[in-house]
Amino acid sequence: MSIELRDVSLRFGDGDEEVVALDHVSLHVPDGELAAVVGPSGSGKSSLLAVAGALLHPSSGQVIVNGRDITQLSEKERTQARREQIGFVFQSSNLVPSLTATEQLQLIAHIDGTRPAAVRERAAALLSAVGMAHRADRRPHQLSGGERQRVGIARALMGQPAILLVDEPTSALDLARGTEIVQLLATEAHEQGVATVMVTHDDAMLQWVDSVHRMEDGRLREIPAVAASRSV
Amino acid sequence: MFIALRDLWFARGRFALMATVVGLLALLMVLLTGLSTGLVDDNIGGLRGLPVTQFAFSAESQGKWNNSAVDKDQWEAVARTPGVTAAAPLGNKLFNGQVYEDAGKAGQARAEVLADGKATTKGTAVDLSLFGIEPGSFIAPPPVQGDALGSRPDGVLVSSALAKKGVKIGDTIVLDRVGTPLVVIGTTDKANYGHVPIVFAPLALWQEATYGPPGGATAATPLAPSVSRLATAVAIDAQPGTDFATVDQQLGLRTISKTEAFNGSPGYAEETGTLTMIKCFLYLIGAVLVGAFFTVWTIQRKSEIALIKALGATNAYVLRDALAQAAIVLVGATTVGVLAGRLFGFVIPNGAPFSFDLRAVALAGLFVVLLGLAGAALSTRRITKVDPLLALGSAR
Repeated sequence: MSIELRDVSLRFGDGDEEVVALDHVSLHVPDGELAAVVGPSGSGKSSLLAVAGALLHPSSGQVIVNGRDITQLSEKERTQARREQIGFVFQSSNLVPSLTATEQLQLIAHIDGTRPAAVRERAAALLSAVGMAHRADRRPHQLSGGERQRVGIARALMGQPAILLVDEPTSALDLARGTEIVQLLATEAHEQGVATVMVTHDDAMLQWVDSVHRMEDGRLREIPAVAASRSV
Repeated sequence: MFIALRDLWFARGRFALMATVVGLLALLMVLLTGLSTGLVDDNIGGLRGLPVTQFAFSAESQGKWNNSAVDKDQWEAVARTPGVTAAAPLGNKLFNGQVYEDAGKAGQARAEVLADGKATTKGTAVDLSLFGIEPGSFIAPPPVQGDALGSRPDGVLVSSALAKKGVKIGDTIVLDRVGTPLVVIGTTDKANYGHVPIVFAPLALWQEATYGPPGGATAATPLAPSVSRLATAVAIDAQPGTDFATVDQQLGLRTISKTEAFNGSPGYAEETGTLTMIKCFLYLIGAVLVGAFFTVWTIQRKSEIALIKALGATNAYVLRDALAQAAIVLVGATTVGVLAGRLFGFVIPNGAPFSFDLRAVALAGLFVVLLGLAGAALSTRRITKVDPLLALGSAR
């Protein structure tokens, strides 16, 4: 249960107009680790998540999720991989407006076709793990930004994914709330043993992560020093 | 339908507006269907009630009741055609008349008509469609009250529609201009032709009123012998598949099915055509309306669709959800509209040509739902085109 990108490139357009979003990127995040990807906007951070999450097909290279190369899959199989292997936590949480917190989690099981018997309990346990048990029946518009993000994390874990991909989870939050969310992600990654990739521009969050990678002009390199300073 | 039902509740204001329009559309559809059934009954109900499979008209009439005249030789020959179980003459003509309770007044009115063309002794004015039928023939109407046709030469049976207007057994109807007196001897079921109640008369009386001189035959002015050989059309009861081509050719007739013969009734094709056109437009408007609503709705929830797809939902899952939602709204709104239309039907004033035909109404409701679904299906391409990649980034 890990994710590995091997020499992945992503190019748009062709000839003189060609844009290189990812330039021979390699990244390995083992089970139970939280890796951060930082860098200026437009550096290719989102493209990295899209490729790792089977939303975009890379121009070259391999993306290995849980031992399987997902670049070889058909459109249908990639949808299935998203459903079964990959958990997403989106920027500003991205919840379905009409569903309560519990239903956001139940939706994952419904898409999966899982029978609802155990679903309710698992949803309750996950909401309780992210500290949202008391708000389980609220809809997104009744929740604060931090609460929505917590529900988003619980939802991403609902399908028991092999990897967790997190897009700017603190962008809409203040420092205190942001710290809580990143700490939560680190805890869940460690406890559930899920390889987690978090894209962020918030340097204050880096003390909680296991490794930090810097993205610049489509190229990725690891910054080893920060990992040592983490205090978990 | 996990999301469909919850979205319905969440956006209930928007859906209620759309459902109201669909419901009103269904209500209008029921009223139009009722009106259409009622108008048809009012126009050709009397013809439809006859135990007839075909009508034969004179060849040059184009199957129009107003233009046709057939001869005794013709209906006798038709009766001998293989496959024909029964054939009988049918006379058909619209008249105005005055109804008198008192036979003396009726006689006075008749004398006035004969003297200067109109009655000054006033009775109750009625419009009537005079059907001439040979007593005892297979199309002779069974009396609901009173005596059968032919009990007396000037005796007629009136449709219950006339009886409702106050015409009773024993009254005398004096026809305008020709002055022919018709004595009411019985009533039949409700029977209308050309939006006018039918009066069934013995063929000879009908021939006298239609072709005879004013006042009828007298010793001085006897009926021309040819008059007693004429009717409007031949009513036929034939086995299925009977071939009329040869007999039409030989006798100079034009035999058409009963339902085709309805089109030959004055105004029938125009009335049904107009209503059909209105209904088609309504169906079209309904489909476009529902299509427009669900297109806008799909655009509104584009980011939601992207999210669900990014979470691993297939196109089929999202489409099923969306169409189920449309189906729920359409079926619900149409059912309410149809029921409201049914209730409305109860309070429509008596005499308006409105009749609630369950099958026609159910069919209209089904069409509203199906065409609405077709409209909703217009938005499906938008749904499949949504890229799950939208869920990433700050699109929301």
